[in-house]
Amino acid sequence: MIRMRARFVVLHVTVMTLLVVLGVRLWQIQVARGPEFRVVATETRTRVVMVPAIRGQILDSSGRPLVRNRSGLVVSIDRTRLERMPDGGKAVLAKLAAVLKSTPETLRERIRPCGPGVARPCFPGSPYQPIPVDDAVTTREALQILERQEEFPGVTAEVQAVREYPGRSHASQVLGYLQPVTEHELEKREGLKASYSGVDLVGRDGLESVYDEALRGKPGLRRVQVDRLGKVIGVEQQVSPVTGDTLITSIDARVQDIVEKALAGAMKSAPRADGAAGVVLDVRTGRVIAMASVPTYDPSVWTGGISENEYQRLLSDQSGRPLVSRAIKGTFAPGSTFKVTSVSAMVKDGYPLRGTYDCPGAFMVGSRPFHNFRGIGLGPMNLHTALVKSCDTIFYRAAYEMWLRDGGMKPKPKPKDPMAAMSRAYGFGAKTGIDIPGESPGRIPDRYWKKELWAATRAQNCVRAKKGYPEVKDSARAAFLKRLAYENCLEGFQWRAGDAANFSIGQGDVLVTPLQLANAYAALVGDGRLRSPRIAWALVRPDGTMVKEIKPPVVGRLPISEETRQYIKDALSQVPSDGTAAGAFGGWPMDLVRIGGKTGTAEVYGKADTSWFASFAPTSKPRYVVVVMVSQGGMGGSTAAPAVRQIYEGIYGFGKDHAPAALPEPPARPPRIKPDGTVNR
Amino acid sequence: MNPATTAAAPRRKSLASRAVGEGSAVRRMDGPLLAAVAALCVIGTLLVWSSTRTWASVEPTGLVKKHVLNLGIGAALLSAVAMADPRRLRAYAPVAYAAALIALVLVITPVGSTVNGSHSWIMLGGGFAVQPSELAKPALVLLLAMLLAEPAEGTDRPRTLDMLLGLAAAGVTMALVMLQPDLGTTMVLTVITAGVLIFSGVRKRWIVVVMVAAGLAGGFVWSLGLLQPYQVARFTAFINPASDPRGVGYNSTQALIAIGSGEIYGKGLFQGGQTTGRFVPEQHTDFIFTVAGEEFGFLGALTVVALLGVVLLRGLRIARQCEDRFSALVAGGIVCWFAFQMFINVGMTIGIMPITGLPLPFVSYGGTATFANMIGIGLLQAIHVKERSFSG
Repeated sequence: MIRMRARFVVLHVTVMTLLVVLGVRLWQIQVARGPEFRVVATETRTRVVMVPAIRGQILDSSGRPLVRNRSGLVVSIDRTRLERMPDGGKAVLAKLAAVLKSTPETLRERIRPCGPGVARPCFPGSPYQPIPVDDAVTTREALQILERQEEFPGVTAEVQAVREYPGRSHASQVLGYLQPVTEHELEKREGLKASYSGVDLVGRDGLESVYDEALRGKPGLRRVQVDRLGKVIGVEQQVSPVTGDTLITSIDARVQDIVEKALAGAMKSAPRADGAAGVVLDVRTGRVIAMASVPTYDPSVWTGGISENEYQRLLSDQSGRPLVSRAIKGTFAPGSTFKVTSVSAMVKDGYPLRGTYDCPGAFMVGSRPFHNFRGIGLGPMNLHTALVKSCDTIFYRAAYEMWLRDGGMKPKPKPKDPMAAMSRAYGFGAKTGIDIPGESPGRIPDRYWKKELWAATRAQNCVRAKKGYPEVKDSARAAFLKRLAYENCLEGFQWRAGDAANFSIGQGDVLVTPLQLANAYAALVGDGRLRSPRIAWALVRPDGTMVKEIKPPVVGRLPISEETRQYIKDALSQVPSDGTAAGAFGGWPMDLVRIGGKTGTAEVYGKADTSWFASFAPTSKPRYVVVVMVSQGGMGGSTAAPAVRQIYEGIYGFGKDHAPAALPEPPARPPRIKPDGTVNR
Repeated sequence: MNPATTAAAPRRKSLASRAVGEGSAVRRMDGPLLAAVAALCVIGTLLVWSSTRTWASVEPTGLVKKHVLNLGIGAALLSAVAMADPRRLRAYAPVAYAAALIALVLVITPVGSTVNGSHSWIMLGGGFAVQPSELAKPALVLLLAMLLAEPAEGTDRPRTLDMLLGLAAAGVTMALVMLQPDLGTTMVLTVITAGVLIFSGVRKRWIVVVMVAAGLAGGFVWSLGLLQPYQVARFTAFINPASDPRGVGYNSTQALIAIGSGEIYGKGLFQGGQTTGRFVPEQHTDFIFTVAGEEFGFLGALTVVALLGVVLLRGLRIARQCEDRFSALVAGGIVCWFAFQMFINVGMTIGIMPITGLPLPFVSYGGTATFANMIGIGLLQAIHVKERSFSG
């Protein structure tokens, strides 16, 4: 028994050791590593389902919706789940296609990830989020899917807010569009992951993009408990989504509609026209009341995934690249509309405001004659008449004299360049800073710019100067191009007298956007202050509380006297009645609302002229600036000016259709949204 | 029964009063041992309830009710065995062993049934089934103790013949269990055999020889391919759990997550998310310790281990106080059995032992296992009662 007891002692020690081992190990995993396992447990036990927030609406200045939401039944496919199936989801897609009256191939194309070498339709978002394949299914179709979930694994149908555009094509480029947030974006932008739900869309252009954060709202979250088979067995945490703010714009839907119709009409009247843009600004505030660009497109093509054909159409030159807003991205020579800056520059440079200037048919700039329009001499006149009749030679002379004073071909170290300086003061050559993306700064050419350009293009020009253009069939054109290349190669860096002369009448290398021109005119006929225009007016919570009001900031002041401004304004006020736009405004009730403006007909090498009309009304106390540009539209007075007239007819209700005035006076305050979401007009 | 006691007791006494009354067997049982087992059974019942309440296929309390019934039968078995005289138990040892052996043979005949991939059941009908391999554990303890209790003339070591007989009996039992195949129980039987052999006082060289032989036999079994692929895989997964996290490693990973996430105080009874989601398989039987770990936390899990420790240490105390070699060997064998099974079971849920299908004594759900465990405790108590009546 002694030996046995001794061996029991060994067992005793062993048992104690085992107990201690278990205790230590338990401490290790439950106390030391407990928090770590708790996190892992939460991950295995729960799934986070993001509940997308309803995106805020975009309203016009009286509360009419420009973009609103409709609830749609959206069918989405979880691609990662399909891929995990033995047949890659073939059977599911086939069944789904039958329900949605589509083909499995179409569905497969829709859900493939976009990437190099993949044509649209494809899905640009993260592959880990459900991909919407149909956003307009009927309740019947949705029920077919939902009631037989076991037959449609990875397919869901749920009610989602879908963007809707009640105005069809209204202001498509201004509003922008939505696309699924890409994986790249999710990774790149800090904090984005937290604020985007899996099915969230991100604004890609226009207001949708600039005010994306406010419009988006905050997605809700549902942390559901699942069992090991993935079956939901309870909700652990629920955070309701917060609807995005409503964006109230200063756009007036009716005026916008009128502008778009006027532009479409102008395009039809000018056979070679390939694009047009129109801008209506509130002179006193700097707000945008309408902004349109044609050709345009229906923004609803983006919802629910865009097809390859549709996408190509939006990008192609053939269809006039309807995605691009010509109002802010299109740059064109401004022609005579630019003369207001030249007059300002002359007066600032010491030319007498009320002096008399000769307007011959041609003016010799150096050794080369520069002609008036059609070479007609108009005799001596004041600057007022020069603007009304649009004399060119007066400005050629002034530009040439300024050029000479700056040193001509051997410029002074710091040339004054009065015309370039003045045009910059009017806001040309720089972005206006409007609250939609993709704006072009335009171009104000000067000596410095020429030098830069020469340095960049010299090598190519010099090669062309030697070898010519053998690929150009037209021998006259080829010779012209060769001579041009030779000149540019040799002395392209020089700011020549001709350049200066062309600049003074808004020709040559000067480029402006329609918005820039409208903004400059607003400063001229308004209070002399240059503003950065804004489309957004206010951000308002869905319950009506104001988040913030957006005011167009003053960014500059025209460096001209009140007297000069008034003088130019008075001159422009004569144009529609007695000047170059008289034809277009025949019969306009000037006694009721007098309109001022300036036509522009800019020559474009190899193309038809760009037609401009920059206007304002009423002339006594200007409220509106309306600018219309028709690319390849011909004469300003015959294409753009009639379109502007049509716009004013709509605004003031002077149309032949006797429609009531759309907006005789823009509203002073943004519309109030009542707590229940309805709008107090 | 001691004739003196019988004579002193009034004849009118009922069976009930004899069982629990003054001076009865129950009164003379080891209190802490009984209390620890009772506490483990209560905890076990709660854990079985918690882990089976979400089953869609059975009513929420269906399995708990069955578990309580099993515990009741187990308690009756415990009392019956505890009241028996160890000498009579010794006499019945060959019968018990023979019965267990027959049942094991029946299992491998068409009478046996397969549950969860293990062909170790005999269905009795009416939803009842027995698992003879569980009953083989106490039976083997008794048989080995009987064979090895009688020392050789003039020594305190067993006779060689008895030892060989014992090894043969153990070998046959293990072979039958291995045919099911039930690796866990085979290992328990091995440990029981080794324990009883060692305590019986066999020479150290014999111990070494037997160990080598067991090792060779193990290797032989391995090489013959008697082991199922999943059993091999479990060992591989134990050495490297990351090798197959979705397959074999899944169990141990999920068990670790469940227990670890319980942290110090646990998530509370019925509040364990991993348990509710049934992420750990077999969580009412072999992996019931994960429920304890998740819902009762470190303190609760440690309590369970401590209670099991009480059972083992009280058992050891009983073994060491024995004057009688047979009783000491039985007690020692039973302690080895429980110690090994408990360590393997808890160890596999916390990642320090490979996964082997063994229930946690007194806690896991399982009828036959409960009966066998209770018989084991009954044997310890019978020995204790007897020793106490000798000493006091």
